Amino acid sequence: MKGAQIDITSLLDIRRICKSFKRPDGSELLVLDGISLVVNEGEIIGLLGRSGSGKSTLLRLIAGLAPPSTGSITYLGKEVTAPPPGIAMVFQSSALFPWLTVLENVQLGLEALRLPVKELHRRAIKAIDLIGLDGFESAYPRELSGGMRQRVGFARALVVHPNILLMDEPFSALDVLTAETLRTDFLDLWSEGQLPIKGVILVTHNIEEAVLMCDRIFIFGSNPGCILNEIRVELPHPRARLDPAFRDLVEHIYVEMTSQAVLVPAGKRVELFPGTGIGTILPRVSSNSLSGLLEAVAASPYNGEADLPVIASSLHMEINNLFPVAETLQMLRFAEISGGDIRLTTEGKQFADFDTDRRKQLFARNLLTYVALAAHIRRVLDERPAHRAPWSRFADELEDYMPPAAALQTLRTIIALGRYAEIFSYDDEKQIFNLDNP
Amino acid sequence: MNKQHGLAAKLSHRFSALFWDLVAILLVLGLIVFLAQASRGLMQPLTAPGETAISLDASALPEYALRTSLRMLAAMILSLLFTFTYATWAAKSQRAGQILIPLLDILQSVPILGFISVTVVFFMSFAPGKILGAELAAIFAIFTSQAWNMAFSFYQSLRTVPVELAEASRSFRLTPWMRFWKLEVPFAMPALVWNMMVSMSAGWFFVVASEAISVGSTTVTLPGIGSYIALAIDQRDLDAVGRAIAVMLIVILIYDQLLFRPLVAWVDHFHFEQHADRVPPRSWVLTALRRSRWVAIIFAPLARIWRWTYQISGGVTYKERFHQNETGASIASWLDWLWYGGIAMVCTFLSWKIKIFVLQGVALDEVGTAILLGCSTMVRVFVLIAIASIIWVPVGIWIGLRPGAARIVQPIVQFMAAFPANLLFPLAVSGIVALQLNPDIWLSPLMILGTQWYILFNVIAGASTIPGELRDIGTNLGVRGWLWWRRIALPAVFPFYMTGAVTASGGSWNASIVAEIASWGNTTLKAHGLGAYIAEATADGDFHRIVLGIAVMSAFVVVINRLFWRPLYTLAERKYRLG
Repeated sequence: MKGAQIDITSLLDIRRICKSFKRPDGSELLVLDGISLVVNEGEIIGLLGRSGSGKSTLLRLIAGLAPPSTGSITYLGKEVTAPPPGIAMVFQSSALFPWLTVLENVQLGLEALRLPVKELHRRAIKAIDLIGLDGFESAYPRELSGGMRQRVGFARALVVHPNILLMDEPFSALDVLTAETLRTDFLDLWSEGQLPIKGVILVTHNIEEAVLMCDRIFIFGSNPGCILNEIRVELPHPRARLDPAFRDLVEHIYVEMTSQAVLVPAGKRVELFPGTGIGTILPRVSSNSLSGLLEAVAASPYNGEADLPVIASSLHMEINNLFPVAETLQMLRFAEISGGDIRLTTEGKQFADFDTDRRKQLFARNLLTYVALAAHIRRVLDERPAHRAPWSRFADELEDYMPPAAALQTLRTIIALGRYAEIFSYDDEKQIFNLDNP
Repeated sequence: MNKQHGLAAKLSHRFSALFWDLVAILLVLGLIVFLAQASRGLMQPLTAPGETAISLDASALPEYALRTSLRMLAAMILSLLFTFTYATWAAKSQRAGQILIPLLDILQSVPILGFISVTVVFFMSFAPGKILGAELAAIFAIFTSQAWNMAFSFYQSLRTVPVELAEASRSFRLTPWMRFWKLEVPFAMPALVWNMMVSMSAGWFFVVASEAISVGSTTVTLPGIGSYIALAIDQRDLDAVGRAIAVMLIVILIYDQLLFRPLVAWVDHFHFEQHADRVPPRSWVLTALRRSRWVAIIFAPLARIWRWTYQISGGVTYKERFHQNETGASIASWLDWLWYGGIAMVCTFLSWKIKIFVLQGVALDEVGTAILLGCSTMVRVFVLIAIASIIWVPVGIWIGLRPGAARIVQPIVQFMAAFPANLLFPLAVSGIVALQLNPDIWLSPLMILGTQWYILFNVIAGASTIPGELRDIGTNLGVRGWLWWRRIALPAVFPFYMTGAVTASGGSWNASIVAEIASWGNTTLKAHGLGAYIAEATADGDFHRIVLGIAVMSAFVVVINRLFWRPLYTLAERKYRLG
């Protein structure tokens, strides 16, 4: 926390941005709706949300890689219409050029500045030293571990001395230990004022990461992406994960994120309850992860009721993995989620106790009762004399309610669940749903 | 309502692909007709270039070999220039890509071998009486056998540059020129070098065929291995044929060691997928070059100049902006109209040209004959591919599963694929003449002589990628004999086999033009087929029949590709690709 409130100047001003993409058939798909936020000097801003909430799209708009449909982004008083000098980005996959050495990769950021070769070299070496890569200058990315690669990604972004650093889930592809080391190293440099940057925007789906690093956190909702809430983190650095205030904040954010209407259908039909219409986008979950979570919650020490942050860390799941599974369980009435807790229903507890055959029967019953799409597919197959229907029959129908990619994912999920429940089968070769029992 | 809208979009998309294919066919056909007509007009004053006597003396061979390989090199450079410009244009401009890509697809299927005569005449008209025209024609012929697949691979690479790398280079504000050399070219390199090697094999075949060409009464000979062997055939000199083959082997070996091995070793670090545990290819030439201080001294200024071009490209203050504003949109729509109008006009002109050409000299029953002959060549190609598959698939799998054997055999097969099979034709033809065999049957194997190696080569590559676990589980479950082939080996190599078979089939069609008709001294053997038809028309200087023959053959290749190979290929990729 730097300085008093008065002399804070705004680096970046985002006003009422909307972004929509054109679908192949010409209609528009809204992915970001009315986003407004201001980034002040000395702040780390977190954009927190699950996959598909448009946070990465927003980051690309800020980086000048794509234009917003409406609204404006102003950086240091000028509107962003192209990648501006002074905004650099760290990518999730580190996005290094495999044919360039560490040094050359870091220099790449400077090439466009047309500096003399010596200056180029000096600055690159300095950035490499700062980020703890000395000795690796001549290595190729393939020779480095994931953590080292991401350090090169940081060095490449810092070498241009940007005012704003954009980070797109920079730690999510790393293992837990490496990610933690990188985070604390970054925070140390940041709080010691060693970094040339004035502001950071971090996209993440990891709640603890956001609380650990950010000064302000914007919670994003999906379909279309929008800001649901802004949370100020006033804990002093370095923050300790086990500090009760830290835990409270994490818990609070979990509650915020689970109290929102889950699985909101996209498009025309507005369903009040999740899973009651075929327009519901189903997340990518498998029957294994569903029964896995059910069993974990049913077993001790939880005995049917668990705190989401607690079970998330014990299962090593982040919210983009945990929430879809938990919400699908809720949709199937095997569990209830409220106030950051997951609680098994009677049927959920039964499921955990049953053997495979009875589990499947119970699963089939709930799938047909509570997931409209499953019931719909089964009904269509029952009605047709040959009990067969092509993929496109349902894909076309779903695309009325959701973008094609979501329709694809929804159908894949319902096929996986339907196969497990043995309520229908699917022949991928012929792309046909049928009732043949293998 | 929405659904119908989507359906209409899908339909119109499918229709538009067909539409652009048709435009491309029209353009290619029109171009050939245009060339043929231009050449015919120039035919009369054509004089044989300053006579170059070819000597069958062994001491002349090194010089001939050098000239032949220089021609190859010139064509390769030309192909690279074409690749970098044409493919880049097609990838960067949506408008241009719409027509350039189908055009490339059709050009790939045209048997240019049948058209060498026409291009020879065309180029010689630029420099009448001089050897330069013939040289240009030969280089052009080689170029046409190399450029298309290289351009295609480069285009595909440009379209599949990883999104994050593209975003990174944009967010670091690299200029398009820098992006091209720092990101796009390196990313495309591995595929491009692979295609250069395939192209080179095709090129050797063409260089041999294009050095000694007779059109009507005019014969053009360029000093080179091809004309050497043509003379040897004429004089029934088996020793000379043997010498030429031996020299060719050496030339290809040198090319391999000095050019392609170093290239393959060099492009290895451009591979985007990185497996740390893979043994990288090595080349003693590259290692020597890398360690040499002289090379470093020579290259340092070049590198400086290169860096300077980056700076210059930035100097033209490059501003990337979003095209959004009203004026931009109206200009774009204007350009659209201009572009489509231009295409429509060119197409109308060409169809008019083709119509006149066809009406002038092509009888309907002639078309029937050509199609019938095409069918007979088609039967040959399919039977040969089938026979080659039956032989080489099991052999390839056997070799591929034994890493030791594969290491030895793979370079040999690669080498065999590069060797111009037409150099071996005289040996076979002299045998057929001596034994008085039926040319309709026995000339056919020549068509696949050079192209069968693609099948073997790809199957070996496929078999060596079968995961060890898959083989272990087969052993574990006691899967043996025919079941093992049916359930494990054949499905695993199927996608690779398809790649090989498609290449072999295309190459065989092309080879039919030189393989279906062959001579040994003054004896000429002829098989009934479209290749022989084109070759005969060339010898007669009958441009109408040449164009007809080429058009029919292109149609056969395109239709077979679309209706037979492509669906099979898609199936192979979808169902059987491992991992």
